[in-house]
Amino acid sequence: MRRHRLVAAGSVALVAASVLAGCGSGEDGTVVNVYKYPQENFQKIVDGCNERADGYRIVYHKLPREADAQREQMVRRLAAGDTGMDVLGLDVTWTAELAEAGWIKEFTGQDKARVESGTLSTPLETARYQGRLYGAPDNTNVQLLWYRSDLVDTPPKTWDEMISQGARLKAEGKPGLVEAQGKQYEGLVVLFNTLVNSAGGEVLNDDGTEAVVDDKAVQALEVLKRFATSEVVDPSFANFAEDEARLAMENGHAAFMLNWPFVYAAAQKKPDFAKNFKWAPYPSVDGGPAKVTVGGVNYAVSSYTRHSAESFDAVACLRSAENQKFAAINDGVPPTIESVYEDPEMAEPYPMKEAILETLKNASVRPRTPAYQNVSTVISTILSPPGSIEPRATADRLREELQAALDSKGVLP
Amino acid sequence: MSHALPEAEPGARPAKAALSEGKKAERRLGLLLCAPAVLVMAAVAGWPIIYSLWLSLQRYDLKFPDKQEFVGLDNYVTVLSSPYWWNAMWITIVITVVSVAIELVLGMALALIMHRTLVGRGIVRTSTLIPYGIVTVVAAFSWRYAWTPNTGYLAETIAGGEPVLTQKVPAVLAVILAEIWKTTPFMALLLMAGLALVPDDLLKAAAVDGASAWQRFTRVMVPVMKPAILVALLFRTLDAFRIFDNLFVLTGGSQGTSSVSMITYNNLIKGLNLGIGSTMSVLIFIAVAIIAFIFIKLFGTAAPGTDRGGRR
Repeated sequence: MRRHRLVAAGSVALVAASVLAGCGSGEDGTVVNVYKYPQENFQKIVDGCNERADGYRIVYHKLPREADAQREQMVRRLAAGDTGMDVLGLDVTWTAELAEAGWIKEFTGQDKARVESGTLSTPLETARYQGRLYGAPDNTNVQLLWYRSDLVDTPPKTWDEMISQGARLKAEGKPGLVEAQGKQYEGLVVLFNTLVNSAGGEVLNDDGTEAVVDDKAVQALEVLKRFATSEVVDPSFANFAEDEARLAMENGHAAFMLNWPFVYAAAQKKPDFAKNFKWAPYPSVDGGPAKVTVGGVNYAVSSYTRHSAESFDAVACLRSAENQKFAAINDGVPPTIESVYEDPEMAEPYPMKEAILETLKNASVRPRTPAYQNVSTVISTILSPPGSIEPRATADRLREELQAALDSKGVLP
Repeated sequence: MSHALPEAEPGARPAKAALSEGKKAERRLGLLLCAPAVLVMAAVAGWPIIYSLWLSLQRYDLKFPDKQEFVGLDNYVTVLSSPYWWNAMWITIVITVVSVAIELVLGMALALIMHRTLVGRGIVRTSTLIPYGIVTVVAAFSWRYAWTPNTGYLAETIAGGEPVLTQKVPAVLAVILAEIWKTTPFMALLLMAGLALVPDDLLKAAAVDGASAWQRFTRVMVPVMKPAILVALLFRTLDAFRIFDNLFVLTGGSQGTSSVSMITYNNLIKGLNLGIGSTMSVLIFIAVAIIAFIFIKLFGTAAPGTDRGGRR
């Protein structure tokens, strides 16, 4: 009996000790708990910041790999007022939701100034909600047009040019397909958002309180419909995500692909394919520059943190120009600080950095609303499959169901 | 349940007579001793139900904390007019009906085998129960990997390399298969308890009268086992209707494969919409109550806790 009790007491003490450590007030000083997606070399960045940190220590906690699971873990703990999370790595589309719920702190004064100086404007835009700054951009991302230089001399400037070039290639008996993401998921929302913004349209109003889906958005839907029903679309377009599109291109079915820059590193494993694998700016809807949807991750500080000052300090170090360069070279994530692109060390792993930077300057942000999850679900559901879009009717349906989503009347499937 | 009460049991106490002082004190003590348990039950079971009912009548969305308001039955209108909800309802009904029907047949066969085995009875019974002993999520993960192209043996052999879990109908079939594999042993266990009730003499008498094996099964065993069969069906139907873990792991509710529990989770936990999510919980509660009502009132299933077969 006695022994049992001792064991029990021992385990209680152990649990208590680990709980205390988790709260960041153990014997070894203040701990800043950072929650971020599994990034291969991020621990090295953390180690570097810890050497410089004054009076606190950063601990990196890996979130699950899938974006949905990351968000779920964070919002569940934030809803419960968990003080064990200090710094959060947020997808760019979550800012509004967490800010409106009051779960993340606003960046003010010197912290705000530090984040804003030298940071590219579109990534910075994703961290803002109702004119206030709630995040510090860590990395960003934009899609480019990828093409095969053995089939295409001058890359197309517009969607129409791309479709007709592909058709010509097909007529000559060459691979002329265009690969993109048409599956019912976030990728389709990214494509739609790029088209609407490139056409000069709006999905929601600036405050994110009203569904707009104007005439320009109808024009974007027309382009999407024309592409999805053209002869150059991949027969599996409606089921393709990023990786399927990449594989179809690598397997020689296509001349063009719209995809994120990760495809460049992947292509290098196939030298024969890689030598003709080139990039160009994303095609536009009507000749002007395309407004490509921006992705990426921002750091935010939890409202429930007990170490606010240390957390803001840690964020500044984790996203410093030097660390962004390290992450870009070692983990392949595009930086958000403009000067990093000019660094000579970036040239070899990032030959397409000029194109990325150019695209970033005209990039667009996905609708900013706390109800983004619902908005995204509505868009991908209504637009799927893209071949069955009826521009006018689809736009009307979008407007109606998006408004319901904004009024908390949306049902997630 | 109440309907069984009027049929006085043989040996039951006569109608309430005046109680002696001692009996009254005893009863009072009994109530007092029960009170803490009743209070705890009310707190952990009653209060959440009432609270969800209250939440279901409000616009309460953690994404818009400032816009909380009473909206009456608006949430019910929203949910009941949503195609997602009805799709989830149909998926749940299909999964429930198909899996429970197949489980009943297979479970009965297993029960007969377990009942009749003469050699190695312990081993046969234990090995049959293994699937039921494995944690559902663990089992679901092994199903998921088995159905994943390139790495899964089922995907490569049966599905010919197709990604089964990414298409609606095949995914639902895969979920049903996982459910059947998992809970058939449970069904068999419940049915075996019923089989033990069938007197051997009755079967022998039927055999002497010239009844074939099939006739002995349908005319003697099944009628005697009926209460056990109905209880097994009730348990499994209620269980299958609330299916969550297998679906969560296998498809996560994508491609329109959400069950009602899955869609509730998505709205409540993922979507942070307490109003809509609670509305769905209340609707599931009502659906489960209807199923239980049908089984107990219409089919005369003995409710758990009563040892009589109910009305027949």
